This record gives sequence, C-alpha cells and structure tokens, in this order.
Amino acid sequence: MLEIIDLHARAEGTEILRGINLTVKAGEVHAIMGPNGSGKSTLAHVLAGREDYEVTQGKVTYDGHDLLELDIEERAALGLFMAYQYPVEIPGISNKYFLKAAINAIRKYKEQPLIKTSEFLDLLKTNLAKLGMDKSMMERSVNEGFSGGEKKRNEVLQMAMLQPKLAVLDETDSGLDIDALKIVADGVNALRSPDRAFVVVTHYQRLLDYIVPDFVHVLAGGRIVRSGDKTLATVLEAEGYAFLEPAGTPA
Amino acid sequence: MSSETALLEEYSKREYKHGFVTDIEADALPPGLNEEVVRTISAKKNEPQWLLDWRLKAFRHWQTLQEPTWPHVHYPPIDYQSMIYYSAPKQKPLLESLDQVDPKLLETYEKLGIPIEEQKALAGVAVDAVFDSVSIATTYKKTLEDAGVIFCPFSEAVQRYPELVQKYLGSVVPAADNFFAALNSAVFSDGSFCYIPEGVRCPLELSTYFRINAQNTGQFERTLIVAEKGAYVSYLEGCTAPKRDENQLHAAVVELVAMDDAQIKYSTVQNWYPGDEDGKGGIYNFVTKRGACRGVNSKISWTQVETGSAITWKYPSVILQGDNSVGEFYSVAVTANRQQADTGTKMIHLGKNTKSTIISKGISAGFGQNSYRGLVKIQKNATNARNFSQCDSLLIGDKCGAHTFPYIEVRNTTSQVEHEASTSKVGEDQIYYCRQRGIPTEDAVNMIVNGFCKEVYQELPMEFAVEARKLLSISLEGSVG
Repeated sequence: MLEIIDLHARAEGTEILRGINLTVKAGEVHAIMGPNGSGKSTLAHVLAGREDYEVTQGKVTYDGHDLLELDIEERAALGLFMAYQYPVEIPGISNKYFLKAAINAIRKYKEQPLIKTSEFLDLLKTNLAKLGMDKSMMERSVNEGFSGGEKKRNEVLQMAMLQPKLAVLDETDSGLDIDALKIVADGVNALRSPDRAFVVVTHYQRLLDYIVPDFVHVLAGGRIVRSGDKTLATVLEAEGYAFLEPAGTPA
Repeated sequence: MSSETALLEEYSKREYKHGFVTDIEADALPPGLNEEVVRTISAKKNEPQWLLDWRLKAFRHWQTLQEPTWPHVHYPPIDYQSMIYYSAPKQKPLLESLDQVDPKLLETYEKLGIPIEEQKALAGVAVDAVFDSVSIATTYKKTLEDAGVIFCPFSEAVQRYPELVQKYLGSVVPAADNFFAALNSAVFSDGSFCYIPEGVRCPLELSTYFRINAQNTGQFERTLIVAEKGAYVSYLEGCTAPKRDENQLHAAVVELVAMDDAQIKYSTVQNWYPGDEDGKGGIYNFVTKRGACRGVNSKISWTQVETGSAITWKYPSVILQGDNSVGEFYSVAVTANRQQADTGTKMIHLGKNTKSTIISKGISAGFGQNSYRGLVKIQKNATNARNFSQCDSLLIGDKCGAHTFPYIEVRNTTSQVEHEASTSKVGEDQIYYCRQRGIPTEDAVNMIVNGFCKEVYQELPMEFAVEARKLLSISLEGSVG
C-alpha cells in the first residue's frame, strides 16, 4: 500500500529526513518510534503533503500513485488520513458541518453523489457512540475550546467517518491521560481491518500497549536505524534510546 | 505545480457578475453642478417649494464644505463638475402596473436575480427597484396598503404624503450634516420611503435594489423609514453596478426613526462594482446612514455585508434617545484586490438604560485596506448605559491591512463600556488541516471566512444570508494560494 524509497526531505534548509525506506502493506500496523527531533513528525507531514517540507530525493508510492505528485487534498481523497498531534481550531464552523464538508469533498473528488443527510447523521451517531462522545460536541466549533482528550478523540471520530485506507497517527497519545488513551486506542483498533494500514508515530511505548503494532521502527537522525516486531518497543521502553548512535540533528 | 499560480490565473478570469450595461434611452442632465441643476431636478420631480428651498439651502451649504480627509482611504480628487447628477430611463411618466415598465428594465432586474414581477417574487418580500436616479417599480403595493404601510418611491411620497416627508426629512441626518450628506440633500433624485403606522407589524420584508447603469452618473438616493409607536419593519437593501473603467460616486442618505416600542431592522448587502484587480474603476460608496431611537424601548439594528465598491465610507449609527432603547450594528466588510473600506458605527447614548452592541468583522485580502472606525458616546444623562463592542479583523495574505480606530467618550459614571478587538490571519495550519480532510483550498478559505462572519450572518434574513455567503466567496476567490 505504501512504499517509501530513500526519502530525503528538508525544512528551512535543514535536512531532516535522510533516506527513509519503509514498506507498509494493507492490514499492517507500523509504529515509528524515536527520540525528539529524529524526524518522526516530519515523516508524517511529508506523507500528508505539508508544503513547509521540501522533498529533495526519493520516491513514495501509495496505492499505485506517485504520492509526492499529489496535492494534499488529493492524497486525502485517495484515502490517506492524518490524525494531528495538534488538531487545528476553526472558529464558527461546527464540527458536524466540517465533517460533512470533508466527506462530500472526497465524494466530489471521486465523482460520487453527495452523502444524504440522514445517512450522514446515522453514521455520525454510530461513531459518536463508539467513541463515547456526546452529540453536543458536534454543534461546537471545530476543536475550539476542546480539551486535549476531546481533540484527539475528535481526530479519531473524523478517521472513523472518513474510513481511510492509510491512517497516519502523529503522536496521538501526547497529552492524554490513561483513560482517554484507552478510548482513543479502542477507536483505532475498531478500525483495524485487512484492507487498512496504520502508521503510528509515537515517542512512548505506552500507546503500543493498546494499539499493538505488527512492526516497530526506530527513527534516529532522519533514518530508520532499527526495525523489529512489537518486542522492540519493549526493549526501547526498558533501555531508552541511549543505545542509538549519536542522536540526529534536532529539527 | 504551484497551486497559487493556478488559482491566480483562475481568478483573473473571474468576472464581476453584475457588470453588464442595459442599453436604454435615458433622460439625463448634462454634467456639472450648480443651482440651476438643483432647480431642474426639483422641477422634474414637480416638487413643492419647501423642498426646493431645502435643496438649495443644502447646496449652498455644501459649497462651503470640504471633502473629508480623515478617513483612512486614498483616491484622486473627485471632479464634481464632470459628473451627471440626474439620469432616468425614458418611460411613461406614471406607472399603473408592472406591465407598463420597460421590458428592458424588467430584464435587467431578472438578470440580477431580483424578482420584481410579483408572481415570481420571493414570498413575503416587497421590492422597490431604483434604476439610476429613479424608482421604477414597487411590488406588493396592495398588500402593504391594506396593512396601512406606506412603501413607495421617495418622489411619489413627496407628492402623496408631503406632510410626512416634511416632518421627518433631514430630522436624523440634517442637510448640513457632512459633505456627502449635504451633496445628497441638494441633488437626491429618488429612493424609498417607508412608513409603518402605530401598532403595525409590517406583513412583508421590504427591500430596495439599487442599480447604477448610466455612465458618469452619480447616484444620490435617499431612504426614509419611520416606524410609529409599536411598529415593526425589516428592510433589506441590495446594490449592483456595471463594470466601468472610471469611478462613479454613490452618496446616499438613509434616515430611520423609531418611536416608542418600535423596531427597525435594516440589512444591507452591498455589491457595487469594486473595480478591477489593479484598482481601476469601481464605485465610491460614500454613504450616511443614521437611525434615531426616539421613543422608549425602541430598537434599531443595522446589519451590513459590504463586499463591493472601490472605496467604502459609511458609519450606520444609532442615536439612543429614548430610555431603554437598543442600538445594534453587525458588519462584515471585505476588501480584496485594491479595495479600501473605512466603515464602522456611532452609538450615541442619550437616554437611560440604553444599550448598544457592535460586532464588526473586517476581512482584508490582496492589497485591500480595511478600517473599523467607531464612536461610542455616553452622555451625562445616560444612566446605566451599556455598550459592548467587538472588532475582529481577518487577514488573507501579507499585502493587505487592517486598522481599528475606536473612539469612546463616557460622561456618565454608571455606564459600562466593553471593547474587544482581535486580528488573525487565515492560518496556513487551518488550510492545511482542511485540505488533509479532502477540502480544497478555496473551499477551506470560504469555510474559515464564513466561520469568522457567523455572528453577523445570524442577524441577516435567510435569503440575504445565503446571498451574502455567495458574494463573499466570489469576492475572495483566488485570494489565497
């Protein structure tokens, strides 16, 4: 589903990714771990297409497409979803309106008919219940005045509504207490399926207790320095990142 | 591929949708302004002597005035002698029904999407259509007459209800009020007159659509709305003009009078031609709008969505004279390309327990310059007066500007005045977030701007809110890359 070959990227003149190679198949969950400044979030944003980063080398194939040639919204329409570490506030626009606009934008791109309001509301109701979210949240402005936990839960709600093929979770556990973490993880686990893949970016092993990955990769200095199965995360938890060679350039 | 370039290219192909010209024979005066022109306009309208005298007095006073230079706008000097002060489509002098209106005029309004043929009219909206200097059609006359409501062209009101006109004309905006109001008082050609008698709730929304068509013509209309004790009226105003390379002046005056327990809601969607992307052409919209809450418990609300005009200079204001009276001002002003706006309000608190609310949303894009200028004045006797002001500015791009000039004068210690202001940019983060969810940039910007304006849109009647949203998205098309 996703094949990254020798990916190099920089921001404001500093090279952050220095040759990433990664293959993700449908149905798999890959965890990307690593110390601060190792390039984890950069990798997530480069996949999503953030324009602050310049890809200087390498190739990314996603679902048969040359990912780096696609606009941000095209990637989204083709099923690439990113859960943000810092979800953005949009004052005056209700969560419900935003969700519907997103669903319809994607349908429009795919030349599908727009979603019927009743269908949308049913889907929303089901997903809200799964995530233990109150429907009053839907009338509030997108992420405005939400607590950290509410924001992250809202990201997972959007993911559930948009049903992506590839979900990139950027530090979804940051700022969550253990209860919120469990709810978010449950939401993600409910979406695991043989035709969907996840790339989970995290600093701590804690999240991986709840979202159990098939593969764990350690990123340092803009490269994947070690890959393994879920036990690698436990090793990291015990030993920290100290075993790594001199840490990469902070972003 | 740079999406910015693509968007800009697309934008340059965009056209101001109302920019066509109607080819119709006009009865126009030659350019220039002198006493003779004022007399001719008055004579053409068959006006009584008192009104001619009022005009002449205004004209003489205007000659002593200087054009204001304090607004935060820049434009070359206006040559008042090169302008035409009266232009009217040639037609039968008296219209008994719409069948007698020149079909070309009806077509014009149809093209603009303004229903003046009653059977096609939006349910519940009576329309007065003003084409260049004269009112050409008023719909739903019968329904309104049955309710006792007077809604007619200003010139007709002068003939049929001279005592009402004389009583209220200039009572809120005196002829000598300011440079543009004085000019209007001297040469105004038509407009709408509306009178809601005691205890009547106007059964329809009233609306006037202004259209400038003729070249080199100034438009000077006057609107006067009087709501007697316990009356209620909601009034809508829309404006468009053809695309022309030279600037045209629109200097209107609107006066509102609300007696005890009366309520007037005045909504404007202003879409005069804004000029092209280099700032060539466009309407100078220099307008004086003021309402007087004369009676106790009266209320006047101004809601405006200003997307057009090369330059906007207007401050819809409320004089809160009656005890417990309420004044409101909700505004969205957009300046894109080279547009400039200096707009805001004045809330003058005279009565006890008077209350005013100001919500101003300024949006600047391109090279647009947007200024909020507002005065909150609380006089000595205005015990327990309250004001809340909120002025928010939204910037799109880095070449535009937002400015705030709030003036607060308080002469009563029991009063309470709150002012909040904010400036924000349409964040790249917001656009990125929307795009990551599949929403393209243009739609994302529209969404963010609509969210920013929500508090004002809520105040607009439904059809107008829809129109305002559409207009705003057209005005801002291509302003973000």
